[in-house]
Amino acid sequence: MNLGKIVGVNGNLLTVEFEKPVIQNETGFARLGDIHLKSEVIRIRNRHAELQVFESTTGLKVGDQVEFTGALLSVELGPGLLTQIFDGLQNPLPALAEQCGFFLQRGKYLQALPRDKKWKFTPSVKIGDTVLAGSAIGTVPEGIFDHRIMVPFRIHGRLTVKEISPAGEYTVENTVAKVADEKGREYDVKLMQLWPVKVPIKCYAERLRPTEPLITKVRIVDTFFPVARGGTYCIPGPFGAGKTVLQQITSRHADVDIVIIAACGERAGEVVETLREFPELTDPRTGKSLMERTLIICNTSSMPVAAREASVYTAVTIAEYYRQMGLNVLLLADSTSRWAQALREMSGRLEEIPGEEAFPAYLESVIAAFYERGGVVRLHDGSTGSVTVGGTVSPAGGNFEEPVTQSTLKVVGAFHGLSRARSDARRYPAIDPLDSWSKYPSVVDAEDLKLARRFLREGSEVNQMMKVVGEEGTSIEDFIVYLKGEYLDAVYLQQNAFSEVDAATSAERQQYVFGAIAKTLRTKLKFENKDAARTFFHKLTQATRDWNNAAFESEEFKKQQERINALLAEVTDYA
Amino acid sequence: MHKVYHRIEQIAGNVIVVSADGISYNELAQVTSDMGTSLAQVIRLEGGRVYLQVFAGGRGISTDSQVRFLGRNMQVSFSDNLMGRVFNGSGVPRDRGPVISENMIEIGGPSVNPAKRIIPRNMVRTGIPMIDVFNTLVESQKLPVFSVAGEPYNELLARIALQAEVDIIILGGMGLKHDDYLYFRDYLEENGALSRSILFVHTAADPTVECLLVPDIALAVAEQFALKDKRVLVLLTDMTNFADAMKEVAITMEQIPSNRGYPGDLYSQLASRYEKAVDFEGAGSITILAVTTMPGDDVTHPVPDNTGYITEGQFYLKNGRIEPFGSLSRLKQQVNGKTRADHRTIMDTMIQLYASYKETLEKQSMGFRMSGWDSKLLKYGERFEKEMMALSVNIPLEGALDLGWQILADCFEPQETGISSKLTSAFWPKG
Repeated sequence: MNLGKIVGVNGNLLTVEFEKPVIQNETGFARLGDIHLKSEVIRIRNRHAELQVFESTTGLKVGDQVEFTGALLSVELGPGLLTQIFDGLQNPLPALAEQCGFFLQRGKYLQALPRDKKWKFTPSVKIGDTVLAGSAIGTVPEGIFDHRIMVPFRIHGRLTVKEISPAGEYTVENTVAKVADEKGREYDVKLMQLWPVKVPIKCYAERLRPTEPLITKVRIVDTFFPVARGGTYCIPGPFGAGKTVLQQITSRHADVDIVIIAACGERAGEVVETLREFPELTDPRTGKSLMERTLIICNTSSMPVAAREASVYTAVTIAEYYRQMGLNVLLLADSTSRWAQALREMSGRLEEIPGEEAFPAYLESVIAAFYERGGVVRLHDGSTGSVTVGGTVSPAGGNFEEPVTQSTLKVVGAFHGLSRARSDARRYPAIDPLDSWSKYPSVVDAEDLKLARRFLREGSEVNQMMKVVGEEGTSIEDFIVYLKGEYLDAVYLQQNAFSEVDAATSAERQQYVFGAIAKTLRTKLKFENKDAARTFFHKLTQATRDWNNAAFESEEFKKQQERINALLAEVTDYA
Repeated sequence: MHKVYHRIEQIAGNVIVVSADGISYNELAQVTSDMGTSLAQVIRLEGGRVYLQVFAGGRGISTDSQVRFLGRNMQVSFSDNLMGRVFNGSGVPRDRGPVISENMIEIGGPSVNPAKRIIPRNMVRTGIPMIDVFNTLVESQKLPVFSVAGEPYNELLARIALQAEVDIIILGGMGLKHDDYLYFRDYLEENGALSRSILFVHTAADPTVECLLVPDIALAVAEQFALKDKRVLVLLTDMTNFADAMKEVAITMEQIPSNRGYPGDLYSQLASRYEKAVDFEGAGSITILAVTTMPGDDVTHPVPDNTGYITEGQFYLKNGRIEPFGSLSRLKQQVNGKTRADHRTIMDTMIQLYASYKETLEKQSMGFRMSGWDSKLLKYGERFEKEMMALSVNIPLEGALDLGWQILADCFEPQETGISSKLTSAFWPKG
């Protein structure tokens, strides 16, 4: 056993003197009597290793022992992950609650996957078949999915199946197959395998370009700032602008197979909402509970800081694992700033030379490496799978010029910037329609979209101008452009998350409604004066909002549309 | 076990260093000097060197002062005898009552398992429309009052504490002016609430380090009561003083500051306190109302900024009113759907119109002609400020909603408000 001795304690950083070789990023356990505290080697200098402890270090003494395990920080991958709630180190929180009660207890680590549960295994290969790391050798049913049992990712080269178990019930630790490499070395294939969290899983044929839209049913996202399956996006915004609500809406409605929520250093209450409500909600795609496609990694703000850093890696590793099964996975990380702050805290304790705002100099490359783990891939069997990564950013003071936002913007494909001005005016979702951008294709007609963008931009320009020259100094034509822009904002960009119908707009409905609204924008209107124009648009807005609240293609929906058309017909300028 | 050390190697600010063996991290020690006896806590171990933070400060400590390690962490007594009593940040009585040392519990305990939390579901009624209607306070919420120095934040806190239906009130005062401390004590006493209150008070004249202990000690006691099925309201004022005390210690320890001198872990430190707010499954709850004063009315200052990211909203106190913009209760959706069918609509509509009123005011101040619509907005805005926003207004939620409809009806036509036809036909005042 490789043991070291503590020579220094500073917050959650230990300095440990060691004799035998240690590995960078290996895990160790600091022994505090019977309690063993998990930690990770983060720097080695001469005979001293520095370890970040994933728990409170209260009570540790100089001279206490630290046991090095020789293994990198890893997660368990196998059937039984879905519907679970883990902390950043993959401890199942409900099981922990059963053992320890209301409070978390340090040094208590449980197995992520239940060991006694039996899974119904169906083999899909036979003896003599050639397989690769990541190839499926069979499946077990996990909720609504066929969970592929794969050859361990860590094995290299072409492999031959030597043994395969018949169909039957097995636990995650049972060996169900044996494979041999070209040199004849044999490896066991079990239902579960371990994988180090900070290493990407790359057992696929090639990475593809993300082109297929990921429907979130949020109009401003799908129409104006779309996200693609396998793409990456970020949501920076000041506090109270609605980052988390937007993520929660996305986690409910997003058109993907699996949603992984990484609550990283944020409020516990928000996670509780998800984990208490999701089991009650039905997923319209499958008719089953939403929880069946959800997995929560939860390391909230009062839980140990070092585990917060681990939590985003745990989440992305599990996402990659399910991608290997040809599934589309959405990873929502809230918030990446907290993770960056965890890096900053450790960097400070290590007394590294600080970069901007005391963040470490390697912040940018760490963020880039994380987002790059998303992507669409073609697997060896020809099927494709994707990991879409959406991260919120909580910039200090709501100022996007800070290091975390800037480093993130460089590596993502879409930017949903939330604005304080919009949230103050209760214009939700508060995504700024002028500042945000996306590099992915939209669900609606490109020409219509260009037109709508023009009205938003020009409308806002007229509004700015009116603040200087007043309404009387504005021509009625400009004034109508302004009203049309406001109308588009009120009935399309804004969406009521608490209305049953309006909360989620399908892609078909978006195409239909957006087409109708684009037509309205194109229509030339004639008014006697500005007050008449404003009154008209008040009425039109109300009618269109009622339309938004009617179920798609229902009687009510048709009736409202006729009402809108009738309203428009009264003021259309046919000249 | 309790070995006494006599050689202090370094004294810098409130931190002293001694050489000692077998000392555990975060352990307490007693430092005795000519200035008296003070507690101190181990904040760093480095080989044989032990760094201690002295609660009463470094002033007057000599290089041969006595340091005796106690072999335990910071503790506080927990019993019903605490009720009606006043203590300082180290748990020593401030009033003339006896020292309580029964049933000692550790402070700064571990975090609650998120799987054991439940969704908050009970509204806390305050009788203040800006809270009840627009930003409803919810049991187990953590909510700060953002305010500039000089605003009546302590009065607001005291008033909410008194009107809220809770079993126990715990006040954690940090850097309080002595007058403010007396104000709280007298106000609670006059209104007969002192017997269900516990006060942990650090005044501006007390040593800085004691300030750091106040939230932990107050919340540790709150937690025990909550586990005994009590609904506890914790008032923390002022958290900016707490953050400043932390800054002072961090700088003394030569930590690399991150933003305006505050330590890099400011967020985590604040969060570990605020996250103590909880609704236990099958037991009581802790609701935290705190005050964060904003230096220079700057909400982007690190303390209010980090706080905003941690708490479930904030009340923004300005010019003696709770501002609708910037104020937010993130948990209001949990309860305001169950109060009355028109609650959410009134909440949204009145704020949207108030925002338009503000724009009109701007136009008016620049001397532009007022349109018909503008005049309506001006009339509306004035009434809204006078009848809804003023802190002196004290009406129950239902009354406030009715008043809202009345104001709308007096100023606008139904379709101008953007409220769906279904609601206007049900609630719009007739005649």
